[in-house]
Amino acid sequence: MSRGPVIQHDRQVLAERILEQTGVDVARCYQCGKCSAGCPLAADMDFPPSQIMHLLQLGDFPEFAELALRSHTIWLCLTCEICYCRCPMELDIPKLMDVLRYESLAQKKINPKAKDIISFHRAFLDSVRTTGRLFEMGQVIDYKLRSGHFLQDLLQAPWMFFVGKLHLIPERIRDRRLLKRMFARTLKAREGRP
Amino acid sequence: MARIGVFICHCGENISATVDVAKVAAAAAKIPGVVHSVDYKYMCSDPGQQMVSSAIKEKNLTGVVVAACSPRMHEPTFRRACAEAGLNPFLCEMANIREHCSWVHEKGEATTNKAIDIVRTLVAKVKKNKALLPIKVPVTKTALVLGGGIAGIQASLDIANSGHKVILVEKEPSIGGHMSQLSETFPTLDCSQCILTPRMVEVAQNPNITLYSYAELESLEGFIGNFKARIRKKARSLDEKLCTGCGLCCQKCPTKKIASDFDAGLGMRPAIYVPFPQAVPNKPVIDREHCTYYLKGKCRLCEKVCPTQAIRFDQADEIVEVEVGAVVMATGFDIKHGDFFPEYGYGNYRDVIDGLQFERMASASGPTLGEMRRPSDGKVPEIVVFIACAGSRDPAKGIEYCSKICCMYTAKHAMLYRHKVHHGKPYVFYMDIRAGGKMYEEFVRRAIEEDGVQYIRGRVSRIYERGGKLIVKGADTLLGARPMEIEADMVVLATAGVANPGAEALAQKVHISYDSHHFYSEAHPKLRPVETNTAGIFLAGACQAPKDIPESVAQASGAAAKVAALFSQDELIREPLIAVVDRQAPPLYSTCVGCFLCQTSCPYQAIEKEEIRGRDGQLIKTVAKVNPGLCQGCGTCVALCRSKSIDIQGFSHEQVYAEVLALLNRGESDV
Amino acid sequence: MKTGFYPGCSMKGSAREYSESLMAVAKVLGRELPEIPDWNCCGATAAHNLDRDLALALPARILAAAEKAGMDEVLVPCAACYSRLSVTRHELLDAKGSEALRARISGLIEAEYRGSAKVVNILEWLAGIGGLEGLIQAPFARKVACYYGCLLVRPAGIVKFDRPEEPQSMDRLMKKIGAEPLDWAFKTECCGAGFSISRNDLVARLSGLILDDAVARGAEAVIVACPMCHLNLDMRRPNIEKRADKKFRIPVLYVTQAIGLALGIAPKKLGLQRHKVTVRFSPAVDKSPAETLPPSGTRPGEA
Ligand SMILES: Cc1cc2nc3c(=O)[nH]c(=O)nc-3n(C[C@H](O)[C@H](O)[C@H](O)COP(=O)(O)OP(=O)(O)OC[C@H]3O[C@@H](n4cnc5c(N)ncnc54)[C@H](O)[C@@H]3O)c2cc1C
Ligand code: SF4
Ligand code: SF4
Ligand code: SF4
Repeated sequence: MSRGPVIQHDRQVLAERILEQTGVDVARCYQCGKCSAGCPLAADMDFPPSQIMHLLQLGDFPEFAELALRSHTIWLCLTCEICYCRCPMELDIPKLMDVLRYESLAQKKINPKAKDIISFHRAFLDSVRTTGRLFEMGQVIDYKLRSGHFLQDLLQAPWMFFVGKLHLIPERIRDRRLLKRMFARTLKAREGRP
Repeated sequence: MARIGVFICHCGENISATVDVAKVAAAAAKIPGVVHSVDYKYMCSDPGQQMVSSAIKEKNLTGVVVAACSPRMHEPTFRRACAEAGLNPFLCEMANIREHCSWVHEKGEATTNKAIDIVRTLVAKVKKNKALLPIKVPVTKTALVLGGGIAGIQASLDIANSGHKVILVEKEPSIGGHMSQLSETFPTLDCSQCILTPRMVEVAQNPNITLYSYAELESLEGFIGNFKARIRKKARSLDEKLCTGCGLCCQKCPTKKIASDFDAGLGMRPAIYVPFPQAVPNKPVIDREHCTYYLKGKCRLCEKVCPTQAIRFDQADEIVEVEVGAVVMATGFDIKHGDFFPEYGYGNYRDVIDGLQFERMASASGPTLGEMRRPSDGKVPEIVVFIACAGSRDPAKGIEYCSKICCMYTAKHAMLYRHKVHHGKPYVFYMDIRAGGKMYEEFVRRAIEEDGVQYIRGRVSRIYERGGKLIVKGADTLLGARPMEIEADMVVLATAGVANPGAEALAQKVHISYDSHHFYSEAHPKLRPVETNTAGIFLAGACQAPKDIPESVAQASGAAAKVAALFSQDELIREPLIAVVDRQAPPLYSTCVGCFLCQTSCPYQAIEKEEIRGRDGQLIKTVAKVNPGLCQGCGTCVALCRSKSIDIQGFSHEQVYAEVLALLNRGESDV
Repeated sequence: MKTGFYPGCSMKGSAREYSESLMAVAKVLGRELPEIPDWNCCGATAAHNLDRDLALALPARILAAAEKAGMDEVLVPCAACYSRLSVTRHELLDAKGSEALRARISGLIEAEYRGSAKVVNILEWLAGIGGLEGLIQAPFARKVACYYGCLLVRPAGIVKFDRPEEPQSMDRLMKKIGAEPLDWAFKTECCGAGFSISRNDLVARLSGLILDDAVARGAEAVIVACPMCHLNLDMRRPNIEKRADKKFRIPVLYVTQAIGLALGIAPKKLGLQRHKVTVRFSPAVDKSPAETLPPSGTRPGEA
């Protein structure tokens, strides 16, 4: 039988790292729920934003912090800023979500349901890395390959092409080498990929 | 030769934990003129005070320095001990090594050295101290009460019933305050007007009370026991003596569509009006901003219908001057209005109302005669959402405090709604239910258990209108913060209790302190809750912080007791820490050159002209003189005097220089 | 005062008509909008979801390039790009610890970022142009629902523009061109933003709510200032309709397209033919040039 979560006082908890990196002090959240009440996707989240805050407040229990990192929520968050805009304590939740995403990626604690979303982001950034801009056609194809959703959406492409919205050849910027260096020193360095 | 005693207190561990008190005592003993230096755990205790008085007697001390806490705390204690031992109390000084040293520094040598420095400066000062005699001033036994809400009413009645005169000033046409707007009151649900009206009538009938309604304080000068107040009686446009209160004028006035403040904007009133039927005094006023005659120069219908010819269109404001010995501030509070809640559409959607509007709607004498009818279309609301903490506990909206009364009145509102609309559904969004108080928790439980009020724990994010319904987007944090929507017919916001718009200006007028939210500050949050920092000015009711009726009444009676205690003496003893103008033997008489810059600068009008005449009655010179009854010892004149002829007793130039020099010449021999 | 132009990737592709209409309007207004030389993608949601430094470096490189080209302000018509650029500027100039961060990011982009170029959005820019009323040829006399979306007005502390609840700047612009902006409830609700492809189910739901309210209040057009909003409300219309199980006819216009019509610019020049949802207003109201548009042709996508 499980004993339930056990406190560990001896390590730096996630909430402290968040405070350092974003200035958001989760202790200030008094669980009013206004963020969850206004979040457009709260109903789809496993932990609506106020609950993410509470998980972090109880971060002395490693299991709770872990739940936040493994949540679907952090990938569903649209950075629409509604919660931050209305929070009576002016807590910048979207900024905090960014940190949770980075930690989730770094600790490889990614929620399986977030696979598509992350594939999309990666496809997007790959396009930027190679051309300096988003090559919509290329990205969509890349995403299809990564996510395995081959047919969905491809039907839109001919229409887009027809009305002049889709280019077959990517636009490229001149200083593409700099872009590669920027990626190498940031995202790629962090993910340990070339 | 000076013979100074130094007494160093540990204050338990408050001082000794960071300051090496034994070392301070040893260092003090070495200061020239110090003949006695000891330290002790609690100087303010009986044995501690005993140490001081026996040393005075045994060592023949000419001055005492107690190195301990702030003089605001224990100066009176030690000065009394000195006086009992036969030493003039003004030869005793406090060296504050607690607030100014031990509390604000870490333990260490530097801290101890600072404590020694503080003691050194006070020893230097006390050597220059002079024996002073206290000043006696007479007390005017009339109280001024500002604000005629329940707090002001209660304070006035209590003071009047203890045999003293009261002048009650109310800015509205009638006394009664917010309580007169309420329908029924928690936790007993008795009708507000029914319990308030008898008190209002008592005020009107009590021979000791003079009521100035529709009046405001113009200025207040003087000090405890001796204030002078100027009161502006705004023109009612009516001869109050002739008016019988028949109300014919109000019935006939053709300008009828003015939003009534008393009905929180839900009802209408004419341009000549009495705010409510039970008003005291029951005499109308003309609202000159809306009256057709004042706007267009024509009408005067009220004048024609008045059976006693009481209307006076040309009446002007009148200023009354009164002398009072004490002031009670009872100007109450307000609730937050306006568009500070755009996400709730407050001020935009007519069916999003505030608590006072709900009170008027629920009141049998209100605009809907007590029926629940929503403002937009007069329909009976079937689903009503109540939102607690609307603006309170909300730093983003500028208010971090809890308004204290709204949990209770929200429960009351939901309950009253249910009593009036039996099939109706009341929902309350709340963060915490704060129901501390006699029978309060029971009251909230009754709302939930007996009246079926549904409590949902969460804050509402947004309200918008769709097809005549108000869509309330909330979440229940007890159900996984699941978002939810309620299609309501009406929403009642328990908006934050705030200070009156004029509170800050009034505080500045009467020279009392106030907090960042403009509520008036009590002298001590625990031990002096009904006094202000200004002697002779007391607090009652919600002007100090939002509070309910029982608390307002209790505080008002407390303030009244303080006033009665003050008025029980014929004379007040005041500290002689006042300015004096130099006087010398002839032929100089005084270094004062008679420029009277001081006179123009004194905020208390305490400086007079004195003519010095020779034996033959010939005028020799005119010099300044301080009236000891009026001087507050603020020192403004001292700073301005060009010939350095004015000094403050107890803080003379000589004393202050001695202190500074003691610091500069640290370690060197005494001046 | 030199104003530079940051189109962002979508205005070059799926939101081509936004760019076309902006240029056409700018021409009538006599404004030049030189593009920032060799600009790159701002990184959008993807970058700030995956890497903080990258999310700051990409916009910083753009702003540094604008500075280098002597631009005092940069017009960023795409609300999403506007948000990224504004947030970056705030983080690197005003936020706590910004100096160290600025040094680090300057290192990454191999150029110094000073922060001299201001970031302005399309509504700010248009509001700053005087005399628009005087140039109106054919008042855009339509009932419109001004849709601001999330990122033009939030977070208020950073964008410092209009108010976050019930904003008014677009409504005022629409009044200037003769339109009647409606009071509606979804001005600043989220359309689903960058989930257009990865979670179009969510986009269909959120965008459906927006269209529902606009239509219920009698709007003849939704006016937007963001390619992402346009994509979700216009191109995703089939998904929305499928999910809601009903048809929405209401067209979605870029703010510059509405102004362009009022200025008398030919619909084709404004790219109206590129919309998924035919730009046709309800016939009850008087005619405006858009009505005479031929339907935007065959739709291979739906065929
Ligand atoms: C919606 C609502 C419901 C409530 N329900 C209850 C309840 O059921 N039970 C309960 O116990 N409490 C209730 N309260 C609280 C109650 O209203 C207050 O406790 C009470 O009114 C405080 O009395 P007061 O005299 O201090 O202030 P007020 O009632 O505000 O009276 C102050 C008076 O001073 C006057 N004044 C203001 N400024 C000046 C000035 N410069 N010069 C002269 N006069 C001035 C005002 O005109 C007013 O007459 C409720 C409050 C609200 C808002
Ligand atoms: S709105 Fe702010 S205070 Fe309220 S629960 Fe969310 S984060 Fe906490
Ligand atoms: S920023 Fe994220 S968490 Fe906040 S309301 Fe928007 S989607 Fe929800
Ligand atoms: S009394 Fe209750 S409703 Fe009012 S502010 Fe305090 S907690 Fe909120």
